[in-house]
Amino acid sequence: MSEQDPDTSAAAGAYWKENIRLLVTLMAIWFIVSFGFGILLRPFLDQFMLGGFPLGFWFAQQGSIYVFIVLIFYYAWKMKKIERKYDLDD
Amino acid sequence: MSTQALIYLFVGVSFALYIGIAIWTRAGSTKEFYVAGGGVHPVVNGMATAADWMSAASFISMAGLIAFMGYDGSVYLMGWTGGYVMLALLLAPYLRKFGQFTVPDFIGTRYYSKVARTVAVICLIFISFTYIAGQMRGVGIVFSRFLDVDVNMGVIIGMCIVFFYAVLGGMKGITYTQVAQYCVLIFAYMVPAFFISMLVTGNPIPQIGLGSTVNDGSGMYVLQKLDESLQMMGFGPYTDGSKSMIDVFCITAALMIGTAGLPHVIVRFFTVPKASDARRSAGWALIFIALLYTTAPAVAAFARLNFNDTVNQTAYSEAPGWFKNWERNNLIAFQDKNGDGVMQVASGDAFAGAPEFTEGTGPSGERLLTNEPNADSANEVYVDRDIMVLANPEIANLPGWVIALVAAGGLAAALSTAAGLLLVISTAVAHDLLKSTFKPDISEKGELLAARVAATAAIVVAGILGIYPPGWVAQVVAFAFGLAAASLFPAIFMGIFSKKMNKEGAIAGMVTGLAFTFLYIAYFKLWNPDANVAENWLLGISPEGIGVIGMVLNFVVAIVVMKMTAPAPAEIGRLVESIRVPRGATGAHAH
Repeated sequence: MSEQDPDTSAAAGAYWKENIRLLVTLMAIWFIVSFGFGILLRPFLDQFMLGGFPLGFWFAQQGSIYVFIVLIFYYAWKMKKIERKYDLDD
Repeated sequence: MSTQALIYLFVGVSFALYIGIAIWTRAGSTKEFYVAGGGVHPVVNGMATAADWMSAASFISMAGLIAFMGYDGSVYLMGWTGGYVMLALLLAPYLRKFGQFTVPDFIGTRYYSKVARTVAVICLIFISFTYIAGQMRGVGIVFSRFLDVDVNMGVIIGMCIVFFYAVLGGMKGITYTQVAQYCVLIFAYMVPAFFISMLVTGNPIPQIGLGSTVNDGSGMYVLQKLDESLQMMGFGPYTDGSKSMIDVFCITAALMIGTAGLPHVIVRFFTVPKASDARRSAGWALIFIALLYTTAPAVAAFARLNFNDTVNQTAYSEAPGWFKNWERNNLIAFQDKNGDGVMQVASGDAFAGAPEFTEGTGPSGERLLTNEPNADSANEVYVDRDIMVLANPEIANLPGWVIALVAAGGLAAALSTAAGLLLVISTAVAHDLLKSTFKPDISEKGELLAARVAATAAIVVAGILGIYPPGWVAQVVAFAFGLAAASLFPAIFMGIFSKKMNKEGAIAGMVTGLAFTFLYIAYFKLWNPDANVAENWLLGISPEGIGVIGMVLNFVVAIVVMKMTAPAPAEIGRLVESIRVPRGATGAHAH
């Protein structure tokens, strides 16, 4: 591990801040679709139907999984952009 | 060709394929043995991760559990997939950038302490062995039913196969074998699911079929019909479940965090070329996993519907062939309590415990039991939940080759996970205990030999656990997740996101989390199982979900201890800074 020059450190600091902001947003969505819609709000959501599924039940057994996949690929894509912006990509 | 001949053919061909791949890709160096050389493509790694991850429990047991738990089964679906979001966002890219071989490697280096490394190894071995014993039982069940051999013989055959690709091939061999195993297991899972969805709803896509109307002209939705038929039999509605909300919440969380803390999953992200590949690879892994995990709830609902239709109020003498097949294998039982020769399915256990058959048969030809009947319930049928997926093709009258395919798929699922677990155990012993703690001057060749010896020893132990399953294994196997959530996850997470966390805090946290979770589970599952009811649980949280509280305790203790002890040295701050940026990630350090 080598000492980093001040320029890279500043870029690394800003990069890390943006990463954390993105992380918090995506983890919030992750929490809302699974623990929120699938568990805490399920009794309420179950009065609505999505085809043959009660909505809360659908989020618990199908929907949250689809959202999880989208979250990971969005994160991978967005992070690549942020890394390029700060010239820190691998 | 007869179904039995087809099974031998399918299983034989798939095994020959795995062994061939293992010989082709065998490891020549420790780096190849531990992390497959570090150059695995993210999509390939995603597929291998999915096979590694989806065990006999996912393939064989999960749909059966959901079928009998209804909504409550969602804990497995969300829990075992949501953890990949945590992995991709919070752990995988940083661990890849760190660039060494194992989870204890990271903890030992980040917390500059051999004690921390050793505690991590203990957590890892504990988690992996509880998990692997369950896999070996899965191998035994599938072999005994489909290959018509003794369960012990089945376990031994399984051990020999795993020995080949784990000991010879190391991570490199396992990775490519697992890709083949993924293809076999997902094909084997999807084919009967397509058929059954088509039969029940007329829509071949199970994910959509589950939300469609039943094909019987009643115009009812699948879930609606299932709710209604279960309520008529005295069960609660399928879409409602019976666990308390806090328990469902905590079990889901424990399974998610545990997934993100399971060493054999984490280590797969050390094998891709770059940190950014680790993120993409987690996404691919989840796609491959989701294919099975979104099919499972459909398989579960269809299986329960079929089961109710064909068993309830049917005379035993007219019971379908699969019912009698599984009765011969001790996994289904009929106790004719009211002596009418007709099977009644209702809520509650038919009798206490697992069936104990006598030699004799009853008036309708059913196998007689010595179990004390449960007078509180009208239920007369015992079903082992593990059979739902395996019996599905038979329940739906599918052709022999589909049954053969499911046999090959179940074995692929169990063997791939067993191999992945054996590898983390052997790597931890050879690399973390021997090379990094006790004998730093060992040669590369010596370390590779030690890893192979450790893998062999681990296979033997796993095989013995499979042949003589101690009662506690079945009781605690699901708790590998709680233990991983409470011990390893917080230490890794704080190692990345806090520059200040020091070794005293991390060690105290891991020990507290592991000890608390272990004692809580052991109390309710081993020492005082009669007390295992909701009234006695802490905050109403069952032993399955307690890992979350263990994790919270881990964080709290770690932070308090950190505040009271000397700060982490300055070079640790620089190490953390370097793992946070992707640039400069090279192959895993050769050291």
